[in-house]
Amino acid sequence: MKIGIVRFPGSNCEVDVWEAWRVLGQEPKMLWHQETSVRGYDLIVLPGGFSYGDYLRTGAIARFSPIMEDVIHFAHEGGMVLGICNGFQILTECGLLPGALLRNKDLHFLCQPQYLRVERTDLAFTSLYQEGEVIQIPINHGEGNYSIDDAGLKELEENGQVVFRYVDKTGVENELGNPNGSRHNIAGIVNRTGNVLGMMPHPERVVEEIVGGTDGQRLLLSLVQAWERRMQYGA
Amino acid sequence: MLKAKVTVTLKKSILDPQGSAVEKALKSMGYKVDEVRIGKFMEVTLPEAARENATEMMHEICHKLLSNPVIEDYSFELEDKE
Repeated sequence: MKIGIVRFPGSNCEVDVWEAWRVLGQEPKMLWHQETSVRGYDLIVLPGGFSYGDYLRTGAIARFSPIMEDVIHFAHEGGMVLGICNGFQILTECGLLPGALLRNKDLHFLCQPQYLRVERTDLAFTSLYQEGEVIQIPINHGEGNYSIDDAGLKELEENGQVVFRYVDKTGVENELGNPNGSRHNIAGIVNRTGNVLGMMPHPERVVEEIVGGTDGQRLLLSLVQAWERRMQYGA
Repeated sequence: MLKAKVTVTLKKSILDPQGSAVEKALKSMGYKVDEVRIGKFMEVTLPEAARENATEMMHEICHKLLSNPVIEDYSFELEDKE
């Protein structure tokens, strides 16, 4: 599987993502933001960090870096794109995903383990999870407060585009389980066609027991499995 | 030369946690204030050659990059720069 990880100036989770894939037996490639093509890749990952120092708005400047034009094109053609944390912010800035990520409700920068509920398992990103399963994946952000207008929120929910929701330990979405003020406890969403996923939590940080958990592993492995299936049956 | 003074503010419907924190601080200092909203102010200097289409170009710049239309509103004024 050909995996490309886009490195922007200020990205700081690209090596974690790279390492996570290697742990799972893949050989991803780093892509510099000034490259102009992502042709031939099976998956593009936009990693976390502070691209362009978060200047102006998180993800706002990265969105106009040379490689993004082709990433957008790639996504529109059905290419798989995964945006984690700052990568999610970039995906909303460039319009591949709706809404925006604002400053956390209480203004604190949050770096902590977080319970999430998996809302959809019919996606290439999540097929190895159980629907309604509660998993623990760390968050690490200052701007993760998912915001969208009422009409947009209704559309997201009606189309089942919410993939991960912040919950408490028992799997209930409540204020206690919502770390940053996100509307409807939204932690991750997918586009209508199911090929672009953005999420604030960092699955790449929990792929080995030695680093504190393995709940992120199945997200990456789901993608590999979906790719293998595609190779086998063609699509 | 021309100067564009751009103001970007969060839409009314969007909560502003920074503004609320500042509002609380002002209240705790004893000031009678109702609400604080925090925005951004930017100055963009344009060459003489851009004068003719300055308004149109500034709308485009504000829409594409300086503001995020999903959460923010913008306004700008153009003035001659000495």
